[in-house]
Amino acid sequence: MSDTLAPTLPGGTAPPPEPVFYVAGEHHPKNGTLLGFWVYLMSDCLIFACLFATYGVLGRNYAAGPSGADLFDLPLVAVNTSLLLLSSITYGFAMLEMRRNRVGATQLWLAVTGILGLGFLSLELYEFAHLIHQGAGPQRSAFLSSFFTLVGTHGLHVTFGIVWLVTMMIQVQMHGLIPENRRRLMCLSMFWHFLDLIWVGVFTFVYLMGVLP
Amino acid sequence: MSSHMDNLADRGHGDHGHHGHGGGHDHDDDDGAGHGTLKSYFTGFVLAAILTAIPFWLVMDRVFDSSRTTALVILAFAVVQIVVHIVYFLHMDTKSESGWNMLALIFTLVLVVITLSGSIWIMYHLNSNMMPMSTHDMRNMP
Repeated sequence: MSDTLAPTLPGGTAPPPEPVFYVAGEHHPKNGTLLGFWVYLMSDCLIFACLFATYGVLGRNYAAGPSGADLFDLPLVAVNTSLLLLSSITYGFAMLEMRRNRVGATQLWLAVTGILGLGFLSLELYEFAHLIHQGAGPQRSAFLSSFFTLVGTHGLHVTFGIVWLVTMMIQVQMHGLIPENRRRLMCLSMFWHFLDLIWVGVFTFVYLMGVLP
Repeated sequence: MSSHMDNLADRGHGDHGHHGHGGGHDHDDDDGAGHGTLKSYFTGFVLAAILTAIPFWLVMDRVFDSSRTTALVILAFAVVQIVVHIVYFLHMDTKSESGWNMLALIFTLVLVVITLSGSIWIMYHLNSNMMPMSTHDMRNMP
């Protein structure tokens, strides 16, 4: 991309006296990838907006079944929320260590993030299994269908985030903190923080407002 | 586009060293966007923890009598917390990626607001415009 633009140097700068070669990895234009990934996150945000809208419309259609106040276990949700928030800051620590070029510390914080993410997922799966066991599965009412779709989509995102995280840990182990891995880790950082951001909407709009009388 | 130009300009002066180009373009540095510090992550974490704890407390201890008040207050807390996440964890500001990040975010927010408020508004009105149905009909629904 930028190679094809090479002849169009800005008018003010004098052309270099001798050919200067582009060293891959030193001035790699990462902006393109990060901006593109940001646009992907925004499109993902629209998916969640549609699911939130669906839940907003159907969230009180219980079909004479159980309501949120009957089903939701707020202490469990609070633990889940704090796990995800903690995993957000541990990922931040991994990014800080990455900037200091410390492979071991980066890997350690990535592992902690992954474990916290797994804890979040297992609590969510436990909650889902508990609901389905009680007969409050997605087929019970429109409220539960939209609930499982919204929270399940978020859970799927976290699952793939963990898959990506493990992949990145293997990549960093094999190749170290090369520019490609840094770029990927920064994309994953945006993805992970974005999931935490969506979860703020989920616990407020679904769980806390769901138990209000 | 201007970031491409910056990179090209950097290539022109490549022998001056990596950080030799003028200030103000932090995001063209070696680690690109997302310059968080330990302090900013901690600030964000503490703020987010407080903004999470208060809504849970409001709902679990039933601080307000009216559900509507509680709902509005916790929604306000959620909006503030989302802003905290965007600023302290995603490191968004008006300058990152020459403003394109912010532009994409604003565009998305407009679409999100239209989707959410539009759907809920229309569907609530749709409910009240439905054919009247007796309790007997409702019981015998498929």
